[in-house]
Amino acid sequence: MDFIDSPTEAAFRTEIKDWLNENLKGDFAELGGRGGPADEHGWDIRIEWEKLLGKDRWLGLTWPVEYGGRNASFSEQIIFSEEYALANAPARVSFFGEGLFAPTLLAYGTDEQKRRFLPKIQSVEELWCQGYSEPDAGSDLANVKTKGALDGDQWVVNGQKVWTTLAHRAQWCFCITRTDPDSQGHQGLSYLLIPMDQPGVEVRPLVQMTGTAEFNEVFFADARTDATNVLGAVGDGWKVAMATLGFERGTAFLSQQLAFARELEEIIALAQANEVAADPVIRQELADSYVGVQIMKYNGLRMLTSLVKSGVLGPEASIGKLYWSNWHRTLGERAMRVMGSAATLIEPTKGDGPSIGQESGPRAYDLNELQRIFMFSRSETIYAGSSEIQRNIIGERVLGLPREPK
Amino acid sequence: MNFAFTEEQDQLRDAVRRFMETKSDEKEVRRLMETAEGYDPELWAQMANELGLQSLHIPEAYGGQGFTFIELGIVLEEMGRALLCSPYFSTVGLATNAILNAGTEEQKSALLPGIAAGETIAALAFTEPNGRWDASGITMEAKGSGDAVTLDGTKMYVIDGHIANTIVVVARQAGSSGEDGIGFYVVDGDAAGLTRTALTTMDQTRKQAKLEFAGVKATSLGDSDTGWTALSKTLDQAAVCLANEMVGGAQKVLEMSVEYAKVRVQFGRPIGSFQAIKHKCADMLLEVESAKSAAYYAAWAAAEDNDELPVVASLAKAYCSDAYFHATAENIQIHGGIGFTWEHPAHLYFKRAKSSEILLGDATYHRELLAQRIGI
Repeated sequence: MDFIDSPTEAAFRTEIKDWLNENLKGDFAELGGRGGPADEHGWDIRIEWEKLLGKDRWLGLTWPVEYGGRNASFSEQIIFSEEYALANAPARVSFFGEGLFAPTLLAYGTDEQKRRFLPKIQSVEELWCQGYSEPDAGSDLANVKTKGALDGDQWVVNGQKVWTTLAHRAQWCFCITRTDPDSQGHQGLSYLLIPMDQPGVEVRPLVQMTGTAEFNEVFFADARTDATNVLGAVGDGWKVAMATLGFERGTAFLSQQLAFARELEEIIALAQANEVAADPVIRQELADSYVGVQIMKYNGLRMLTSLVKSGVLGPEASIGKLYWSNWHRTLGERAMRVMGSAATLIEPTKGDGPSIGQESGPRAYDLNELQRIFMFSRSETIYAGSSEIQRNIIGERVLGLPREPK
Repeated sequence: MNFAFTEEQDQLRDAVRRFMETKSDEKEVRRLMETAEGYDPELWAQMANELGLQSLHIPEAYGGQGFTFIELGIVLEEMGRALLCSPYFSTVGLATNAILNAGTEEQKSALLPGIAAGETIAALAFTEPNGRWDASGITMEAKGSGDAVTLDGTKMYVIDGHIANTIVVVARQAGSSGEDGIGFYVVDGDAAGLTRTALTTMDQTRKQAKLEFAGVKATSLGDSDTGWTALSKTLDQAAVCLANEMVGGAQKVLEMSVEYAKVRVQFGRPIGSFQAIKHKCADMLLEVESAKSAAYYAAWAAAEDNDELPVVASLAKAYCSDAYFHATAENIQIHGGIGFTWEHPAHLYFKRAKSSEILLGDATYHRELLAQRIGI
């Protein structure tokens, strides 16, 4: 065990620290690290910032050098995340492209596909969204019905996706599609890459309980994509889709831990400012949240070490999603208690005007940061495999318990 | 960055696990827990002679092997897994650390080689009938200084106090209060004026004693009135040790639950195929793995003796206490009726978990301590 930087790691830390010092100024610094990979707070500024990161290859950190990356080690990824969070730099907008699609592309794509898509992710010219869930395929994801059929040198796609995060911002969608019409379940699926900007794709925002609309419905009506835009073999889409979920459930959340720690700091500061920090129950809750967020880091570091050593994710990886989503949900509830009566009001200073999805309204339903955590975290125990699905996975694949009879 | 054990540390774990499996199986645990002494002197000697366990983290200058809290944590985890009945935690986890933190060179040279060789059982007499773990709980007064100290009063809940050859007593200077005037004093187990009563413990696998001091002659260990810093550090180190011990028991009951859920059939199918049971087991795994992360990280901080220790010691003690107890409680529930019987080992872990949770302060106590330590 060793948590102290080696000389190479220390040099890398200095490099990112200096870069952030030099570049994190003006609007970028003012925006700070608020928001998350699935929300739109300060979007335009974040896009500009992301481009800056891409230009200097901080986006694509882990990619091989030949594809424009830095081939960073896990330690370097951790250092980057730590320094990034420490500097309170803007929340990343490339989560679906850099965090989910790119690792899948690197694992299953052809050289040609990698050269086509990776540079545009890095230059932030192309953002991605994830076409997985459908009205009848939520937890039972293998029940997808969106159809893909070859018509000459193009795929023609018909069907509907739902809960598609930031689809309205994305240029491309990686999409689980049933390409064998006679198949069912895990068989006969393909992982298609579909351009969003075309007549056959319609994106309709879903207004959430937060009053905002990061999630969408996506309708495909004779949408088209080139026949070459399939990742992995035709009919082998389930395997590729699961690999993406592995990234989502495995390593991609690590940088979140630092953002969470910052949120907790803000809640503690508020508790001290409004004097509820003297309340013994609140103290217990804040200390418990601190314990939880620290262990989130330790779990992540253990997981990464075992990944580096053995090449296989240990049981720590499968608990990650279940762990952080529950921790964050509890934090949101505690934040409301710390706010006290103020939690029951929407701040009037945050601007007037109708809420999203409403033609008119008395006032914008504009949540403050803590209210946003409280509400948005309800989605986190549902998306990317609900907590119940995570427990099934842990029970069956890690502990070897028998499956439910069918 | 590297959060894993080395190959040598893995080998140490394997060796200690094999040793515990043969020397401290359930039958032996049940035999020893029914005895008044609560340990096997022969096994105590083997632990020292064959595996060098007592000398593990004692510096070589005092007859030890100079390993760290990481190795000590591994050994304690395996002992917790086996529910070993032994004065190891009291001797190595509590008293040895107190001597290392408070003693003069001369005192360490005099006291530690006997512990390292497995000849001495030592105890830390800290808590009193008030059962508190903070400085204000210490009311026993020490009169005099150097090697002419007299102790009067009562110590309670002293782990293995009834069998210890050497007892490190925490007392305060007359008229002092709070963290001032705290000191360590060394007393022989058979000192004149000392009455030791073995107590009947709820967790029979870990024994406690009441120690009544009536004009007992004692020697001051290090400075007689600036002991709080050393005591606080000793308690942090002991909390780290205990967290690692608890993790071993928690992992064991998780395995018991999962094995049983696979073989116990009701309604024509193994109960582990029902989500009600499967999800319980999944939550147990989450908590046990998280407890390991906390305990191992805390062991590293103790090994480094860095500034993080006070925070991570309380963090690990709080989380591991709750996780261990929850795992042992769920283990009983998953086993159903059989888990409630005396014959089944589930209750042994359940009781150990509760006694360990309370020992050194429970999760609520440590969360409050943590809140103070991170400046809330």
